[in-house]
Amino acid sequence: MINLETPRKFRPFIKQAHQVAEEFLRANSRKYDLAEHAYPKELDLLASLVDGMGDSGAGQGAGAAAVGNQDDDKASKGKVKNGTNMSSVLSIIEMCWADVGLLLSMPRQGLGNSAIASVANDEQLERFKGTWAAMAITEPGTGSDSANIVTTAVKDGDAYVLNGEKIYVTSGERADSVVVWATLDKSLGRAAIKSFLVPKSLPGIRVERLEHKLGIRASDTAVIVLDNCRVPAENLLGNPEIDTKQGFAGAMATFDNTRPLVAGMAVGCARAALEDTRELLEKAGVVIDYDRPAQTQTYAAATFIAMEADWEAALLLTLEAAWLADNRKPNSMEASMAKAKAGRVGNDITLRCVELAGTLGYSENELIEKWSRDSKILDIFEGTQQIQQLIVARRLLDLSSSQLR
Amino acid sequence: MATRRDPMGIGLAVLNRIASSPTIDKLKLRKTTERAVYEGAKGGFRVAGATTRAFKRVKGGGKPARLARTSDSGVFDLQPTDDQQMIVGVIKEFAAEVLRPAAAEAETANDTSKEVLAQTGDFGLTLLNIPESLGGLSEDRSAVTGVLVNEALAEGDMGQAVACLAPAAVATAISLWGSDAQQQTYLPSFAGDDVPASALAVAEPRALFDPFELATTAVENDGGYVLNGVKSAVVRGSEAELFIVAADVRGRGPTLLIVESSTPGVTIEADPSMGLRAAGLSRLLLDDVQVPADAVLGEGAADDYRECIRLSRLAWAGLALGTGRAVLDYVSDYVTTRTAFGEPIAHRQAVAFMVANIAIELEGMRLVTLKAASRAEQGLDFSREVALARRLTSEYGMKIGTDGVQLLGGHGFVKEHPVERWYRDLRAVGLMEGAVLV
Repeated sequence: MINLETPRKFRPFIKQAHQVAEEFLRANSRKYDLAEHAYPKELDLLASLVDGMGDSGAGQGAGAAAVGNQDDDKASKGKVKNGTNMSSVLSIIEMCWADVGLLLSMPRQGLGNSAIASVANDEQLERFKGTWAAMAITEPGTGSDSANIVTTAVKDGDAYVLNGEKIYVTSGERADSVVVWATLDKSLGRAAIKSFLVPKSLPGIRVERLEHKLGIRASDTAVIVLDNCRVPAENLLGNPEIDTKQGFAGAMATFDNTRPLVAGMAVGCARAALEDTRELLEKAGVVIDYDRPAQTQTYAAATFIAMEADWEAALLLTLEAAWLADNRKPNSMEASMAKAKAGRVGNDITLRCVELAGTLGYSENELIEKWSRDSKILDIFEGTQQIQQLIVARRLLDLSSSQLR
Repeated sequence: MATRRDPMGIGLAVLNRIASSPTIDKLKLRKTTERAVYEGAKGGFRVAGATTRAFKRVKGGGKPARLARTSDSGVFDLQPTDDQQMIVGVIKEFAAEVLRPAAAEAETANDTSKEVLAQTGDFGLTLLNIPESLGGLSEDRSAVTGVLVNEALAEGDMGQAVACLAPAAVATAISLWGSDAQQQTYLPSFAGDDVPASALAVAEPRALFDPFELATTAVENDGGYVLNGVKSAVVRGSEAELFIVAADVRGRGPTLLIVESSTPGVTIEADPSMGLRAAGLSRLLLDDVQVPADAVLGEGAADDYRECIRLSRLAWAGLALGTGRAVLDYVSDYVTTRTAFGEPIAHRQAVAFMVANIAIELEGMRLVTLKAASRAEQGLDFSREVALARRLTSEYGMKIGTDGVQLLGGHGFVKEHPVERWYRDLRAVGLMEGAVLV
C-alpha cells in the first residue's frame, strides 16, 4: 500500500537523533566553521553514544557505516521492508539539519565505512569493525573520471605495494584508516581498479596537508600520499581477480549506497535553511498559505512554497532510493536521481534563503550563510550533478559510456 | 445491502464490468466515423443547458454514506496494492489503445466521442469513489487509486481523460460531502448505465483567480438561493445535465451548490482553449438562477470546500504525471533514433541531460503527489503536500512539455507528433481549479 510517511518504527529514533544533533552538532556549528582544522572533541562522546546505539541494535543505523549489507530474516521475506538504508538516510538528514561538516567528522562513520559495508566480505567486515575509514578516490589529475586513476597497487608476496597521491580525502587526517582506490594494471582499465583498506599506522602513508575550503570547514579534507606503502593482501576489499566482464561494477556498487546518503545530507542542510528562513519571513510579516494560489501571494511566500516543493521532491527521491536498497531492488538510477535533485536544490534553496533574509542571512550572526556554503560540496562529491545526469541518461536511454560520453 | 468487497474484489468488479459490456471490442481502436461531427455548441454558439434527464428528488433523512479512511500502515511503501495494479493495468491499456489513437480527432472535434465516454462508464470510472451501499465500488476512500487512475488515463490523452473524469468528479463530491437526500437523488444515476454528463465548476475567468475569493454569488431568498456569475473550465458544459457550482454565499463564504442544467437562467458558452480541447471546455453563465435551499452540497461546510479544492488540485497533479510520462517515453524513443552529425542525438550530453532531467523531475513530482494522496486517504492534513505537488506539476510539468517540443526541434512544433499537444495540455495543470477530483 502506497504510503510515504516516515516509517512508524523509526519515529522515536529520529526524534532522538534530532535532539542529539541539536545538542552536539548545531550547538558547535559556528565554532568549528570559524576554527577550521580544529578537532571537534565534542564528537568523541557522541561517537561512543552512536556506537552504543549500533551495538544494542536500537540505533537502526545511525550513520554511514550501516548501509548496504543487511541480513535477510526469513520471517519477513516477501514483506515490504524499511531497513538500515532508510534509517541511515533519516539519521543523516537529522544530523545534517544540524551540521554537515560535523556529521562528516563523526568518528567511525566515514564514507570509507560505507565502502566497507558495501563491498567487504564477512571476514573483512569482522576484522575492520570499529575502524574509522576515510575514502580516497580523487587524484590531482583525476576527478569524475575515476576509472583513470594512476595510483598503483603491485602485488609483492603477501602484500600490495601502493604508490600515488590522493586528494580531497574527507576525514583523511582524523580517520585511522583510508579506503584507497588503486589500479592493479593500468592497461586493463576499470576492471583492474580495486579498493584497499589502508591503516594509517602503516609506514608509507602520510597526510601531506589539509585544504582550506568554502564550506564544511569542520570536516578535515586531506591530501594523502602513498609512498611504497605495503598493505596486507587480505585488505583488498571484495574480489582480487580482474574480471573485465564485470568491469567497474564492483567499485561502483558503493555509490548506490552512498549517494542516497549524500542526497540526505543536502536534504538535511536545506531543511535547516528553510526552517530559519520561514521564521525570519514570518517575523517580517510574510504569510504562507498553502491553499491560496501561490501567484496571488507575496513573492516571498510563493518562493518559499516553491523551495519547499523542490525540497520535498528531493527528500522523497532520497527515501525512494533507500527503500529500493532495503528491499533489494536495483537502485542505481534512483540513487543518481536523488543525488542530482537533492544536490542542486539543496544548493539553490540555501542560496535563495540567504537572498530572502538579506544582510541578516548574509551575516555570520545567522547560520543561513554557512549552510549556503556547506551545500555546494553536496552537489559535487560522490559524483557531481553532471555525473549523476550522465548515469540517469545512460540508464534511461540504454546507452553505453562510449556512446554517451 | 451489498456485502463488502475485499480490495481484490474491487479490481475484479472493474474487470467484470468491462467483460460484460456489450461493446467487447472496446480496447481496439474504434473508427470514429459513427460519431456525430457537429454537436450543439462546439463552434462558439450559446445554448441553454442540456435538459435530457429529470433527477427525481428523494427525501433523505438518514446519515449520508461516507467512505472510511484507510489506515496508516506505518511502513514506507511505494508498491501499489494488487487491486490498484489491476485497475491501473486495465486503464493503461485503454489509454494506449483507445485514448492515444483518438486524441487528434477528439481535439479537432472539441469533444470526446460518446463511445470513449461510454467505455469509461462501462468500467466504472465514476464508481470508484461511490460507496457500495449506493451502487458504487468502494468501501474505503482511495485518493491514491484516484491519482494512479488519472495518471494512467492522461498517459493516453489528457483532454479526453478530463472529459471522462468530469462526471466522476461530481459523483465523488456528492459521495464525500452530499447529504443523504442528495446521495439518494443523484448517485444512482452515476451507478447506472447512462452516466449523466456533469461538471464541477469552480474556476472563474479572471486573472489571479483565487477559489477562496469567488465573484459568483449565491444570495439567499425565500425559495433558496439565487446564483449569478460566470464559471469557466466547465468540462463538456453543453452536454452536462448536472453541475456542482462554487459560489460565494454571504456570511458563509465559498460554497458548493448543485445546479441542474435545466434550471432557467443557465446558459453554456463554448470556451475553446489552447489545450484540453477534447474536454469541451465551456463557460457556465448563471443569470438569476434560482435553486432550492437544499441545493447546498451537504452542510456547506468551509472545510468541505477546502478539501474539494485540494482534492481537485491533486487530481490535476495526477493528470500531469501521466502526460509527463507520455512525453518522457516519446522523446526517449525519438532522441535515440533521430540522427544528426552522424550519430543519434542522444549521444550528445546537451540532449541526454534534458531527457535525464525530465525523468528526475517527473519522478520527484510523482512521489510528492502520491504522498499528498496517501495523506488525504489516511485523513491526515494534506494541504501542504497538495500545494507542493501543484507547484511541482505546474513548474516541471510545463518544463517537460516545453522540453518535449524542443527535443524534437521543428518536428515538435508540427502536429505530426503529439508533443505540441502535450505542451498545450500541460499548461493547464497549475492554473486549473475544479473540474476533476480524486
